[in-house]
Formats: sequence, C-alpha cells, structure tokens
Amino acid sequence: MNDMSPPAVAAVPRPEPFVRVEDLRVTFVSRDATVRAVNGISFDLERGKVLCVIGESGSGKSVMMRSLLRLHPKGRTVIEGGMRVGEHDIASIGDRTMTKLRGSLVSMVFQEPMTALDPLYTVGEQIAETVRRHEKVSREAAWARALELLELVRVPSPERRLKAYPHELSGGLRQRIVIAMALSCRPSLLLADEPTTALDASVQIQILVLLRRIQREMGMAMIFVTHDLGVAAQIADEVAVMYAGRIIEYGDARDVLVAPKHPYTRAMLASTAKDQGRDHPLEAIAGSPPDLRALPDGCSFAPRCAHAGPDCTRAVPAPVTDLRRHMARCVRTRLKAGLLTFDPGVAGDPAVREGIDLAARSSPAHCASA
Amino acid sequence: MIHPIAVAGGSHPSPDPRDRGGPAQPMLIVQGLKKSFPIRAGLLNRTVAEVRAVDDVSFVVVKGETLGIVGESGCGKSTLARLLMHLIPKDAGQLVLDGDPVGEARGVMLDELRRSLQMVFQDSASSLNPRLPIEQSIAYGPRVQGASGSSAKAQARSLMEKVGLNPSLFGQRYPHELSGGQKQRVNIARALALDPRLLILDEAVSALDKSVEAQVLNLLGVLKRQLNLTYIFISHDLHVVRYISDRVLVMYLGQVVEIGPVDAIYDDPKHPYTQALLACRLSMDPEARVEAAPLAGDPPSPVSPPPGCRFHTRCPFVEEICKTAAPVLGDVLALAPERHLAACHMVQPGSGHSRAPDRVGVH
Ligand SMILES: Nc1ncnc2c1ncn2[C@@H]1O[C@H](COP(=O)(O)OP(=O)(O)OP(=O)(O)O)[C@@H](O)[C@H]1O
Ligand SMILES: Nc1ncnc2c1ncn2[C@@H]1O[C@H](COP(=O)(O)OP(=O)(O)O)[C@@H](O)[C@H]1O
Ligand code: SF4
Ligand code: SF4
Ligand SMILES: [Mg+2]
Ligand SMILES: [Mg+2]
Repeated sequence: MNDMSPPAVAAVPRPEPFVRVEDLRVTFVSRDATVRAVNGISFDLERGKVLCVIGESGSGKSVMMRSLLRLHPKGRTVIEGGMRVGEHDIASIGDRTMTKLRGSLVSMVFQEPMTALDPLYTVGEQIAETVRRHEKVSREAAWARALELLELVRVPSPERRLKAYPHELSGGLRQRIVIAMALSCRPSLLLADEPTTALDASVQIQILVLLRRIQREMGMAMIFVTHDLGVAAQIADEVAVMYAGRIIEYGDARDVLVAPKHPYTRAMLASTAKDQGRDHPLEAIAGSPPDLRALPDGCSFAPRCAHAGPDCTRAVPAPVTDLRRHMARCVRTRLKAGLLTFDPGVAGDPAVREGIDLAARSSPAHCASA
Repeated sequence: MIHPIAVAGGSHPSPDPRDRGGPAQPMLIVQGLKKSFPIRAGLLNRTVAEVRAVDDVSFVVVKGETLGIVGESGCGKSTLARLLMHLIPKDAGQLVLDGDPVGEARGVMLDELRRSLQMVFQDSASSLNPRLPIEQSIAYGPRVQGASGSSAKAQARSLMEKVGLNPSLFGQRYPHELSGGQKQRVNIARALALDPRLLILDEAVSALDKSVEAQVLNLLGVLKRQLNLTYIFISHDLHVVRYISDRVLVMYLGQVVEIGPVDAIYDDPKHPYTQALLACRLSMDPEARVEAAPLAGDPPSPVSPPPGCRFHTRCPFVEEICKTAAPVLGDVLALAPERHLAACHMVQPGSGHSRAPDRVGVH
C-alpha cells in the first residue's frame, strides 16, 4: 500500500481532550429481544468545542447522549466501554457522585422543552430551585441568579417572565428557559438533544446563535444532536455521522459537510431538497435503516448503499483516519497523500482490519487513543 | 359573482373528466376568509378577547399547481387548512371549488367538497386508528362512501401499491409496526382513497427524517402527475417549499403578506418579512454561517395584532405610515395568478413610505 507515504500534510498536535469516549457499547436486553443501540463509539472532544452528532431516527444519538449522564434504565441496559469527562470516569463513579455531577459537570437540553418544565411552578421558581439543588445559596440569591440566567439567554422582560408559568410562553421562550436551567450550575459539558427541532426556522436560528455565543463565552464543550445538516453546519466545530449505532464518519465540520467521504454521508447530502431542480426527483436513499435487533454482517449501510459489493459484508469496515483527523468507515475509502479519498472502483483490502490512524501515527501526543 | 380567471401559465395535461369549470377555472378560489377563536375567562366564562387566526385571506389555487404556504408557527396556516376542509366553521368568506360556490343552494355540497379536498397532517401516527390493520384503515373511506367490502379492499390494496407499500407485506400490519415514513405513506393512501382533486398537505413531511422525507416528496411528485392532483403544501421548511412549489403564499399573523411564483418569491422577495424569513434558511457550509438572527423575537400576539402593518414591530424599514395605515396586497382574485404581489408600503406607489415608487410609471 503506497497510499500512506509520504504524508503531504503534517498532523496537528492536539491538546488533551476534555471528553473521551472509547468503544462505547449500549445494549438493551429484554425477554424478547436484544437491541444493540450503540455498537462501539469512540471520540475525543476538547474544552470549548462543539461536536455535532447527526444521523437518522433510531441511529443511537440519544442513547449515546443519555449514556454520558447514565440515564438508562438500570437492570435492562448493558453499557460497555469507557467514558471520561474531565477527571471523572463516568462508567465507574458511584450513583451519588453521578447525581451530583448531573447539572454541574454535565447538563442536558432536550428536544421538547415542556418535558423539562413543571407546568405547576413559575419559571423563576424552577430555575431558583435548580440553582439551590446544587449550590448552598439563599432564596434571594437563587432568584437573582435566575434573573441573571434569563438575561444570559436573552429573554425579553426577564423580571416579568420569571413570574410566568411555562404554558404562558412561546416555544422559543420555553426553550430559552430550559437552556437557562441547564446552564444554571455552570456545566463544563452541555448535551443538547435536538433542542431546535420543534421550533420555527426563525426561532431556531435565534437559539443556535445564542447557544453558540454562550458556549464560547463559558468555554463549554458541547455535544449537539441533530438530524438536520444545516443545523450542524451552523453550530459544529466537529461532526460525527452515526448509522446503526456506529460513527461512520467523523471530522472537522467543513470536511464532513462539504467534502464527505462516506457513501452514507454523501447520499444524505444529495437527498436534501435544498437547491435541487424542481423537475428532477430527489436522490432519496432507498430502504430504511437496519433492525438493531438483527444487524447485518459487515457494513450496516450495505443494504442501501449504491457502492456495496461482496467485500462490504465480510467485516465491519475499520476506521481510516487521515492527517486532518477526518475518519470514515468504508472499504472504499483510502488515504492518498495523507488525506481521505473515496474511490468507488477500489475493492476492500482484507489487510485493513484494525484501521489506520495517520493522525495518531504522526502525533505521539495522541497515541493513547489509537 | 366570481368569474373564472384567465390563466396564462400552468400546464394542463390531459383533460380531466372531473373537470367542470375548464382548465382556466381555478381549482379553488378563497375569498375574504376569516376565523377568530374566542378566549374565555372568568367565572362566567365570558369571551374576553379573540385570536384572529385567519383574518381576511383571499387567494386562488390554479389547477394542477402546487401552492406552497409558509409562515412562522401560529400565523394561521393550519387554521386556514382546516377552514378549507370545513373541519371548523368559518366566520366569513367564500370558497369556490372548480367554479361552484361551496355550501350554497346551487353550488357544491359539503359531501362532495370533502371528497374532492383531502388533507394529510403532520402527525403520521395519531391520524391512524391504532387498532386497525392499515389495509382496513385505507379501505374505511371507500366503505363509508358505499363501496362493497371486497371492492373497498381491492381499492385499498391498489392504493398501497401506488404509495409504494407492498400490500401483502404491509396490509395486515398495525400502525405501531410501521416507521414514520411508512405511516405517512398510509396517510397519503387514505387521502387518495376518495379520488380527490386537491390535496392539502399540512407539514406532511416535517416530522420525517431527511432521507425518508426525500422518498415521500418523490412519491408526492409521482402521484401528482399520475392522478392529476393539485397540492396546497404547508411547511416551515423553506428549502422543501422551494423544491416542491409552483407558487408560494407567505402568511404573517393571519394575513397574506406576499404571493407569487416560487422563483420570484425566492430570488426577489418584496416583503421585508419574506426577506427575513428566507434569510433564516441555513446553509450546508460551516463557512457561511448566519451570525445574527434575521428575525428578532417572536411574532406579536394575534389577540391584539399591531395597527397599520402587522409586521411593523419587527420591520427594519418601518416608517410612520406603517404604524397607522395597513398596506394592501392588491386584488389577488382579479389579477393573474402569476403576478407577484406584496402587502408593503414600500411597493405601493405613492403610499407615503420614502422607499415607495412614484405613482406614475408603475412597474
Ligand atoms: N430503553 C430502551 N429499551 C430498548 N430499546 C431502546 C431504549 N432506548 C432506545 N432504544 C432503541 O435504541 C435505538 C436508538 O435510539 P435513539 O433514541 O438513540 O435514537 P436517535 O438516534 O436519538 O433517534 P431520533 O432521531 O428519533 O431521536 C432505537 O432503535 C430505539 O428504539
Ligand atoms: N381551537 C383553537 N382555539 C383557540 N385558538 C386557536 C385554536 N386553533 C388555533 N388557535 C390559534 O390560532 C392561531 C393560528 O394557529 P394555527 O393555524 O395552528 O397556526 P400555524 O398552523 O400557522 O402554526 C394561533 O395563535 C393559535 O394559537
Ligand atoms: S463499506 Fe461498502 S456498503 Fe458500506 S458504505 Fe462503503 S461501499 Fe457502501
Ligand atoms: S409596510 Fe412598512 S412596516 Fe410593513 S413591511 Fe412594509 S416597510 Fe415594513
Ligand atoms: Mg433522539
Ligand atoms: Mg400548523
């Protein structure tokens, strides 16, 4: 294989990551089935960076997020692999510590704001209560902090809104309140699971601009789940594309969204209605995602992939990572002059079992994650 | 009386035997439609205010076209759809279906309207009966209309094929055994069961994944050609509306603020609201990010809409005239449908707005 030498681009040394997820696997076991929702996810995220996770419904985005907060039903869930946030080993800390870390170290914003709000209490009462659960402060101080938080998320007339009940507010205002609550204890990692999907385009962009500004100001790391590529382009530093519980492409937002290498990401981009000629049908991806109770052998995308061949179903394609840390799991991606390329004519190489990580090879600081 | 409108554009393929008014007769004329919802409060449950959800809306739907309707949440899109379907009573206004006034002595009766107009809703799950296999769900409409059991069943199976669901594979499945996209196909099949002419799609693909959305949009395109349908397509996804529509109607606080051919609206929007709304579209390129939200805040409450131009509280071009005088859209019923109209003082000659064109030399 002469693809791998000599590298034309030098690998960038990276600082120690703030979040490290290694070979995470989440399985839900019940009497009638075993659902393999997450099947070996690894990624690193630095402080102050935004990772966007995109993928179809059921691809395991929310399950991955809930794992980071250990929110899964205990008896029925098997979690394997490593999850570290800051100095905390999420997989092994005790339940009491985990409860304390929720909200303060890691906090989450959900898609539907009403599920996070109690209809019987005013917005101010709820935010103040969240503050007091984590910090020993007086009622007055908590209320003052609630006001400060509403100002932070740019709620107009914040004093009046503190006394409002959730149903008296629009969807966009409610989502701002939920974000204020998630930020109330200054988390270092914010998880946002489709926080704008239920909103209008006009309000969505307000929330995205807001989240991006706050994230920068607070230096938070953020993992943002969406199935909308436009939302990812708006907010992400890095993008991970999930399919059937695996990250099948990962990299710098622009590399993944503008020059994707994996057939699934490419097909997803091609299928959007944006700027498509009215007289042509859209290039829809045929079929539907696989049944997680019975995953196909090899590449999970093979049944829908236009480039699939017999070499795709032998084994799960190993990750190939280039010097820019752009990774894809597809037997038809190759390294050329140190960069990832997709070559539909090439056959899967049986020698590539373990994957290739050029970024790790040429950057000793990063060897630990290989 | 409402007369047929001469239509220059629009392709009219084979003559449709159901066509009564001729190809130039609009499929639907909506004139002065109004609907308010009372807000009740207090011990006596007295009406204390009104939500003016649809406030004097007029437009035409040309035969064979797709009319896209866009606007922020709460602007009245769904209320408008439900009024067209007669699912809720209107306060004022008139509907003319293929030349015949709806609900009048010599016009079309509600039964027929309900057959000719069908609707597909956003929530694919809740519009299906969870206890009925989908084949029976689809056969329900024809049964109610008097078809025999076996003919309704045969119809249901052929409709399932039309929407791309293998009847022997899916016919006996229950809604919870289907994916979102499959459920939406069932809903489309159900809407088609009574051989409608106009389909109202209210956020029909909004809840679907992008890859499934593309499949359903393609299906809608094929069905429209095969079955000679006309669509009203309501969506908050401006990319999808551009792809699917021939003309676009923009709503703000219960009113039409702009209407015209899709490319005119997208390439040269005239109303500042349309301009701002279009600026909210997200690019797929991280280097072309929107840095400041084009529309600040929420729309004002439809309970007490601002006087004058309803958009004046958020408009960057607002002037004194905007706060007192309501701009008019123009006579959408008298003018040709391919005209591009906007309700803004800036396009109204001699309106008193500093950017308005002079009275003479109207474009
Ligand atoms: N508690 C559970 N028990 C069994 N299966 C589960 C459980 N939670 C999730 N799953 C399954 O795991 C898979 C992944 O679910 P997940 O919620 O992560 O999807 P997602 O990518 O977030 O999708 P969406 O875009 O629809 O939110 C799905 O097949 C789901 O049905
Ligand atoms: N049954 C109802 N009772 C009271 N208000 C209603 C009712 N249905 C709709 N509305 C109000 O009418 C306005 C328009 O609503 P809707 O047509 O659903 O908007 P859209 O579909 O454009 O989001 C909103 O302010 C909404 O709250
Ligand atoms: S491994 Fe094969 S089936 Fe999978 S994405 Fe690549 S070409 Fe397609
Ligand atoms: S009429 Fe005035 S306020 Fe209304 S959109 Fe035009 S310029 Fe803006
Ligand atoms: Mg989810
Ligand atoms: Mg609606």
